[in-house]
Amino acid sequence: MAAVRDIIITGLLLGGIFALVSVGLSLQYGVGRVLNVAHGEFIMIGAFVTFWLFSSINLNPIVSIVITAPLIFVIGWLLHATLFRRLMHNAPNLDVFEGQSMLAAFGLLYVAQNIARIIWGSQTYQVNYMNTTVTGAQIPLNRLVALAVVIVVGVAFYLFLARTRMGKAIRSSAQDPTTAGLMGVDINSVLAICFGLGLAMAGIAGSLISFVYPIQTSMGLQYTVIAMIVVVLGGLGSITGAMIGGVILGIVSQLVTHFQPTWTMIAYYVVFVVLLLARPKGIMGK
Amino acid sequence: MNTNRLTPARWFSGGLLLVVFVVLALLPQYNHGYTVTLLTDILRYAILTLAWMIFSGPTNYMSLATAAFYGIGFYIAAIANGPVPFAVAIIIAGLVSFVVALLVGALTLRLRGVYFCIFTFALTLLIQNVVLEVERVVTHTRGRFVEAETTEVAYYAMFIVAIFTIAMAVLIRRSRYGLALQSIGEHEEAAAHSGINVVRTKVLVFAASAMPMAMAGAIIATQRTYIDPGIAFSLQSSFLPVLMALFGGMSNLVGPIIGAAVFTYIGELLLTEFPDLYMLIFGVVLILAILFMPNGIVGLAQTVWTKIRGSRRSAAEGGRRAPA
Repeated sequence: MAAVRDIIITGLLLGGIFALVSVGLSLQYGVGRVLNVAHGEFIMIGAFVTFWLFSSINLNPIVSIVITAPLIFVIGWLLHATLFRRLMHNAPNLDVFEGQSMLAAFGLLYVAQNIARIIWGSQTYQVNYMNTTVTGAQIPLNRLVALAVVIVVGVAFYLFLARTRMGKAIRSSAQDPTTAGLMGVDINSVLAICFGLGLAMAGIAGSLISFVYPIQTSMGLQYTVIAMIVVVLGGLGSITGAMIGGVILGIVSQLVTHFQPTWTMIAYYVVFVVLLLARPKGIMGK
Repeated sequence: MNTNRLTPARWFSGGLLLVVFVVLALLPQYNHGYTVTLLTDILRYAILTLAWMIFSGPTNYMSLATAAFYGIGFYIAAIANGPVPFAVAIIIAGLVSFVVALLVGALTLRLRGVYFCIFTFALTLLIQNVVLEVERVVTHTRGRFVEAETTEVAYYAMFIVAIFTIAMAVLIRRSRYGLALQSIGEHEEAAAHSGINVVRTKVLVFAASAMPMAMAGAIIATQRTYIDPGIAFSLQSSFLPVLMALFGGMSNLVGPIIGAAVFTYIGELLLTEFPDLYMLIFGVVLILAILFMPNGIVGLAQTVWTKIRGSRRSAAEGGRRAPA
């Protein structure tokens, strides 16, 4: 029973991080139609900036989110304003744009990963932060903190989407960009902000991952794949779906890890394939 | 675009192909070493790009599974080359890949658009992980050695597979399957309603296009001596053919070959000039190519051509109008 409890709790904790990563990707695809295969690279950048701040000026990893999130938001905003906007305006239709933006993101993956490799090399690092376990269960304290941050960010983002003017603009652009544009939404700025927000979430997730898991400059792709699986699991473009999908995948991950740790990646794909075949539109898909 | 009339452009490209064919066939007689290796590499990417285009070009189903089939070729070569002759190993690679693609296609070609794209992307990584795990648990190794072949043998093998691929591309294009694929790409429901067996067409062509990918992989593997899942199933082999096809332009079969040649050469140049920054610069080149030449080099040539003709025509019209 204790094993089951631990699997569920650690699964939830991991699922929270997965959810955060996936909401970012979902936002980029759902609103901006950019299938960002470089998403994981910004998790890596977030993690390494956090690590760098921690090891050089001993900055608390939670506090460093205040630096990493805006930094990566600006990078994302600039990327969209220069690269993806131009692609979008030149592409004859949406299919072409999706293909081209994915290839551009693949180029971005190379650029980001190799710049990071030049700066930080290919060793494995970890931020040693709150590594004590909570009495009673074998749950490290840092994971609980990470989950708390995920919940705060999730709620804040939900309120932002539901209550603010910008949130309304984003939701309308996701539904129908042309009509949203006619209603006076500055579509270019909305898309750039969405792309930036998506990456900022990846950056926050990176900050959290840096003190929960070992980090490497080559870690990005693994998280990109997880995010893609979660996003499809929940329904492309659905924020709630991405949240639910993240938690499901987190629990699956811990369940498999309990029996055979090296099979987690394969288990993800099995879940993914079965789900794609059974319900291609995802849990929350329309 | 798909008429069978012999226009001057068709004569030209046909003649050009013949010249290229003869030069490529005779080359190893006069030149050894680096040029042959480079050409083998270019042919490899030309094969991957053309094979990718056979299915993904007309249907607009963007497959990222090229690396999966290419990597299967690597592993078949590692297992079969030696016990059986090289040529047989290549054919086995093609057949295994055909069967795998048939299964995968039958399972997944119900998926549309970006779902298909994500699925094929994940498929490559799935096969990579499974192979890694099999090596760890069953054979207790990481990576394998491949029975080597000389550069000349590899070159000629690649050359023959390239001709096979081009022939396949042309034949499929001209057959009813080609038309069926194109109508699927334009409107799948309409295609189904006009009596095309949509699923069978897609699965068969997808499987056929996977054969040359694995064959190219089997040949390249013999030039590597050591392979592991990271090398065999590198995602680069999935994305580069898409890039090369876009860059070369997809309206004819020469464009992708040009795309493959240009990018392989740039890659090779970067690798020798800046071995440390190779991947970084390649990423930048990739982004710039998509940003500034979205319609490919052929598209660029066409744009320039229409501009020249356009300006000439308007000048002529201006000339006519002036007296009146």
